[in-house]
Amino acid sequence: MGKGNPKQQQPSQNESSINLKGTFISVMLLGIFILIAWFGLYALFLSR
Amino acid sequence: MSKNYLLFSKQESRLYMAFMHVTFASLLIGGLMGLLQTLVRSGKFTLPFGIDYYTLLTVHGVILGLVFTTFFIIGFQNSLMGKTVGISDKQRKAAWLAFWIMLIGTAMAAVTILVGQASVLYTFYAPLRAHPAFYIGLTFVVVGSWIAAFVNFRQLYVWKKAHKGEKSPLLAFMVVINMIMWFIATLGLAATVIVQFIPWSLGYAETINVLLSRTLFWYFGHPLVYFWLLPAYMAWYAIIPKIIGGKIFSDSLARLAFILFLMFSIPVGLHHQLTEPGIDPTWKFIQVILTFMVIIPSLMTAFSLFATFEAAGRKKGFTSLFGWFKKLPWKDVRFLAPFIGMLAFIPGGAGGIINASYQMNALVHNTIWITGHFHLTVATTVVLTFFGITYWLVPHLTGRRLTPKLNKLGIIQAFVWTLGMAIMSGSMHIQGLIGGPRRSSFSEYAGGEQVATWLNYQLAQAVGGTILFIGIILMVYIFIQLSFFAPRGVEEFPIADEEEDAEKSPKILENWYLWIAITIALILFAYTIPMFDIMRHSPPGSVPFDWPIGR
Amino acid sequence: MHLHKYEKIWLTLGLGSLALFLLIIGFAAFWKGTHPQSHIETIDPQNVEAYEAFKPENLGVREVADGKYIVNMVASAFNYDFGTDIDEKAVKTIRIPKDSTVLYQITSKDVVHGFQVAGTNVNMMVEPGHISRYETVMKNTGTFTVVCNEYCGVGHHQMYGTVEVYE
Repeated sequence: MGKGNPKQQQPSQNESSINLKGTFISVMLLGIFILIAWFGLYALFLSR
Repeated sequence: MSKNYLLFSKQESRLYMAFMHVTFASLLIGGLMGLLQTLVRSGKFTLPFGIDYYTLLTVHGVILGLVFTTFFIIGFQNSLMGKTVGISDKQRKAAWLAFWIMLIGTAMAAVTILVGQASVLYTFYAPLRAHPAFYIGLTFVVVGSWIAAFVNFRQLYVWKKAHKGEKSPLLAFMVVINMIMWFIATLGLAATVIVQFIPWSLGYAETINVLLSRTLFWYFGHPLVYFWLLPAYMAWYAIIPKIIGGKIFSDSLARLAFILFLMFSIPVGLHHQLTEPGIDPTWKFIQVILTFMVIIPSLMTAFSLFATFEAAGRKKGFTSLFGWFKKLPWKDVRFLAPFIGMLAFIPGGAGGIINASYQMNALVHNTIWITGHFHLTVATTVVLTFFGITYWLVPHLTGRRLTPKLNKLGIIQAFVWTLGMAIMSGSMHIQGLIGGPRRSSFSEYAGGEQVATWLNYQLAQAVGGTILFIGIILMVYIFIQLSFFAPRGVEEFPIADEEEDAEKSPKILENWYLWIAITIALILFAYTIPMFDIMRHSPPGSVPFDWPIGR
Repeated sequence: MHLHKYEKIWLTLGLGSLALFLLIIGFAAFWKGTHPQSHIETIDPQNVEAYEAFKPENLGVREVADGKYIVNMVASAFNYDFGTDIDEKAVKTIRIPKDSTVLYQITSKDVVHGFQVAGTNVNMMVEPGHISRYETVMKNTGTFTVVCNEYCGVGHHQMYGTVEVYE
């Protein structure tokens, strides 16, 4: 299957040595969004 | 030649396309109903010929929530099975049987609704009574889907026998997980429809246990939403990496996520019933905890997706922190549409956590916030991913190509959808928080400031709904082009590979008996005592009510 | 099967957040008693008058102690019965002074209904055969629309009332 793309012929690295800094920052932003949304709505619940 | 470029046989393609035709016919009808609803609720438009708002709402929910989704999912999943493990002539015939039974059931239910005999909404809560043909039609749809499920199980079984010791293809594994979940979940639906609703609607049973029927419905109702979501996840894990020129981030983590979905999607239905009487609050809370467990595989998925993107970009030589992000194939609609879907799942998922948060549910229960919520999760995340799949699946099946022009039209479609949904879903979320109810025709209630505010948001929903309907027309046009008119050629069926030196997936991931046993154990744990309580503390049953729905 | 170190951190923080949410709502529920409406008491939907609180003369708002009120209501398609006033006219508005503790009690005579005092935390399903109860302090003044928020038939959107909280 799938030898279609010539760009991916470089030797692959071991999974844990891949630089995933961008991923880490992205998921952290996602987490912060969830926390803000949840606590915001909890505050609204308490105020009512 | 790579298998990705090898077209299916004519007979096989015809089967998968049959499901696609029903899918897009449903989209057009259901979408039109949605448009009319938002127009009615704006207060500026009245339905002609005395058509009832709730008839439209029932059509919208049944056609889009049950028919559009189920036909697309089964058609898509069957094509994945055909591609990865193959289909025999006998299996193909059985799959056709599934298709026809589902279609007959759909037609029965649809006609019953359209003639005004089943304005009970897609949740058909007792003791509102629809015509028996509605319930029987729904049963046919479910039974048809069961046949499809067992064909899929058989396909993987046959493949495994011929490939001793090999791990099953990732996509086939995922399809089988989704269909096991669907089968276990629809048992609850079948129980309430066959044992409770059909005899009662025919007059053989005088009364019905309302709370029991609702609890059985929601036993099915929550895994239903995961049945919609998992095919999108299949595309995200195993198709999108190929489209962006990368590899599957981790085969075993993908499988683990799906196993967690199987185990935790079902024993959580009580979180739809948090504000109901007659259920012990402790058991509601236990199911809230289980609901929070089902968030975990989505957290894993979020990481895997970003990592897939970053790893692909970095291998192409982009070293800066977000350089890889800029180089994603933004101009390829097969990527763009599902990507917008992924983004929509951020507010969609966060909203879901809030909905399930026990007493906080009182903020949002049955307000139009909920409608806004599932228009993000299902109608954006899932639907845009399905559209993204359509752009390559349909031409692959019809032996045509997604031309640059159709690709561009698809990109416009995705933006139209995003804009329309941002306006509609956004205003639904806000209106819901200030108390506006869902599933209600236009009403000024007792008047006053609060209601006046709601009406402004309902106007915004009509604007969003109109934009979305333009998106639907565009999508149906693209579908027709890809089905009948696009130039002949070979469109890739983009299945991604693992890294060549990828870590081997642990064998235990394919221990089906173990995962099914845990799933059943969790269901028994979460439901036995509440169900027993509900039956033991039953009030006198409810007689049927026909007149409130205009029968 | 191994996890990337960032994924480990992400999942730890994610699971930690979920646990924190559960602790907060669990504490509020089991220590402070703020459960969602979850009352377990049944009633004959064809004969709700047999139950003391739902006798016609007991419907509507009643002060039971200083700053404590009970509101008894019966839902049916497509109406909330809040009782009658001195002139035998149906009550449509319930008036309650701010900061009073109010117990809302409601049941249905026919199909499933909703009862939400929009803009407050009073939000319950109302089902035939069951009594729904929710006690809360009305902290904020204002005119709140009561809406039936569960579909009950062609007149569903015409089913409403008003709760007025005054200083």
